[in-house]
Amino acid sequence: MSTTRKRPASRAVRLAAAMLGGLCLAGAALGQGTAYVSSEKDPAITLIDLGTLTVKGTIATCKRGRHIQLTAQGQIMLACTESNAADVIDPATGKSVRRIPLGDEPEAFDLSPDGRTIYVSNEDEGAVSFIDSANGKVLKTIKVGQEPEGVKVSADGGTLYVTSEVASLVHVIDVASAKVVKNVKVGKRPRRMAFTPDGKELWVSNELDASVSIIDTATRAVTGTLKFQVKGARSEDITPVGIQMSRDGKRAFVALGRANHVAFVDVPQRKVTDLVLVGKRAWNVTLDKAEARLYVVNGLSDDVTVVDVAAAKPIKSIPVGRVPYGLVVVE
Amino acid sequence: MNRTARCAASALLALGPVAFAAAATLKATLLVPDPDARMDRSRLERHYLGHPGGPAGDGLQVALEEGQFELQAVDAAVELETKTADSAAAARSAAQAAEKAGAAVLVTDLPADWTLAAADAVKVPVLNVGEAADRLREQDCRSQLFHILPSERMRADALAQTLVSRKWTKVLLLVGPSPQDQLRAAAAQASLKRYGLQVVASKSFKLSGDPRERDLANPLLLTAGSTYDAVWVVDSDGEFARGLPYRTVLPRPVVGDAGLVALAWHAQFERYGAPQVSRRFAKAVGRPMTANDWAAWMAGKALVAVATAAPKGPAAAWAKALGATPLDGSKGTSLSFRPWDGQLRQTLLLTDGQGVISQAPVEGLLHPSNVLDTLGADAPEKKCKTMP
Repeated sequence: MSTTRKRPASRAVRLAAAMLGGLCLAGAALGQGTAYVSSEKDPAITLIDLGTLTVKGTIATCKRGRHIQLTAQGQIMLACTESNAADVIDPATGKSVRRIPLGDEPEAFDLSPDGRTIYVSNEDEGAVSFIDSANGKVLKTIKVGQEPEGVKVSADGGTLYVTSEVASLVHVIDVASAKVVKNVKVGKRPRRMAFTPDGKELWVSNELDASVSIIDTATRAVTGTLKFQVKGARSEDITPVGIQMSRDGKRAFVALGRANHVAFVDVPQRKVTDLVLVGKRAWNVTLDKAEARLYVVNGLSDDVTVVDVAAAKPIKSIPVGRVPYGLVVVE
Repeated sequence: MNRTARCAASALLALGPVAFAAAATLKATLLVPDPDARMDRSRLERHYLGHPGGPAGDGLQVALEEGQFELQAVDAAVELETKTADSAAAARSAAQAAEKAGAAVLVTDLPADWTLAAADAVKVPVLNVGEAADRLREQDCRSQLFHILPSERMRADALAQTLVSRKWTKVLLLVGPSPQDQLRAAAAQASLKRYGLQVVASKSFKLSGDPRERDLANPLLLTAGSTYDAVWVVDSDGEFARGLPYRTVLPRPVVGDAGLVALAWHAQFERYGAPQVSRRFAKAVGRPMTANDWAAWMAGKALVAVATAAPKGPAAAWAKALGATPLDGSKGTSLSFRPWDGQLRQTLLLTDGQGVISQAPVEGLLHPSNVLDTLGADAPEKKCKTMP
């Protein structure tokens, strides 16, 4: 299989391309299941068949879909910035089951371990809201630095971490008291975060610093910074955003934005082991269950690149909606 | 409301939330002209591209309010005061008075000569947010004078690059009557030369209804007689340029001060978190964010950045940090001041006034160190003699 990078001009071409891809791959299906891709400019989620790696349909949803995440019940939750709401989709039926108001301009969120609370960044308000997932009631609103983005709650549900893009801070929030207890200075324009599986480290991508800051969650201090370098790209063109860790905590995958690559990182060594060429402005990354494939959402080439993790090679790029943002996998 | 009063009021507002619990307070003074013809209602109402949309204090204010969290996190504070001047001499004494009163940074939105008068009167860094004249970056540069607004040459280079990328190589140049138009036309000529474009003709225009000088005033007559791919109009006033698109003899695009215009910012820019910035500005100030507002906002961001970099000061540490701290201008890349002329290197936006059509540097353009340095005077040109 060769890497295909398609930028079709129209939906017809896109569909044809998807069908062609399907033909090429027929019989070579590896995985089963579906990837759900949110798109900022289409009020629809694009469905990718993980067996054939082709688009098999779309689901109409709310406007300006951004962060997308699975709930504990296996439903798909999508934050829509323009609709000020989350759409909840049942993957079994492919239908929206309900909408939950998320306050003004929600961008990213995380769910409490018991699933009862949604922690959401309201980017225009410079605030984080605690939302009752049962009825959409705003329980708490906490003022943070401007343009809050990434939201992560600790495994025990006690501590919430929120990045502020403008203030270049990670706000550490005590969930019980709903108070900011520490502001940790990280690199310029922090975006997304991932915990090591033991919860001892929080890795934060810094979009305008070509780096990841590593925060010790016990001392709440930055203990290391991992700088990215890509041959042929200048530091200012390396703009890391999406980050995910493997379940064993040995590897991290970081989308490098305008550098059009994904970095594979050896977590204990804090070293980049591989760089994989993907689409334009690689934005968010998601592993499948077997951690055999990495799905990379490319915001400026309107496609998703599927990467073979073992070989550290791209397999295919699949055209999806306009300005795709995030992706979840249901297997 | 009187503009001076309004500036003072907003300065007081800035004091409110930041005055407590600070280890060291970075005091900054904004110097603006008063009276200021750019702020006449009749001019503001025109919304000419590249002209200010309102007072510089607005953008600074928004940035300082946004920076509160960042400042508080390191126990730092920024305090802004606004002073007015009605002449170069008044600008000089206002600058001196501000420095004496403890201002560690001056921000100026003044004409070129006044800016120089203010810069020469003090030792503290001066951030120019409103004057695009190339001479402030070239023969009249000063070692502690920084420029956030892009220079005329940067804007001209951005347009020339765009014309090259479109393969619109033959340009008809129309130049207005003011001394500023002559200077800006020279910058346009230099950019056209730098990017290998051909000027098929250069003509002067004049705003006039007089039939005896219709060859100077009539767009059809001005654009007849040669073939060209684009008409580049240099019109610092704006009225003639506004009426030029769709009135040319040949069906060709107009660029320069109407049609397609290169700017530091446009409220419709959709990428890199720009809509949030424009929305915050519009919400706070009640008007769309212009390129001049962006420059003022960036000055506020720079003040926050240096106060955060050196929360305890002293003023020397702030001055040092100013040249060294990269800034986030919500244009997708880290911005910094050029050591050779104090100009903030930055992406420029090409807009028709309705949306952002493209960006410069154009994709594919190469530069030995930083592609942003394809816009404006580059290091090897050594135009500024007072910089290292």
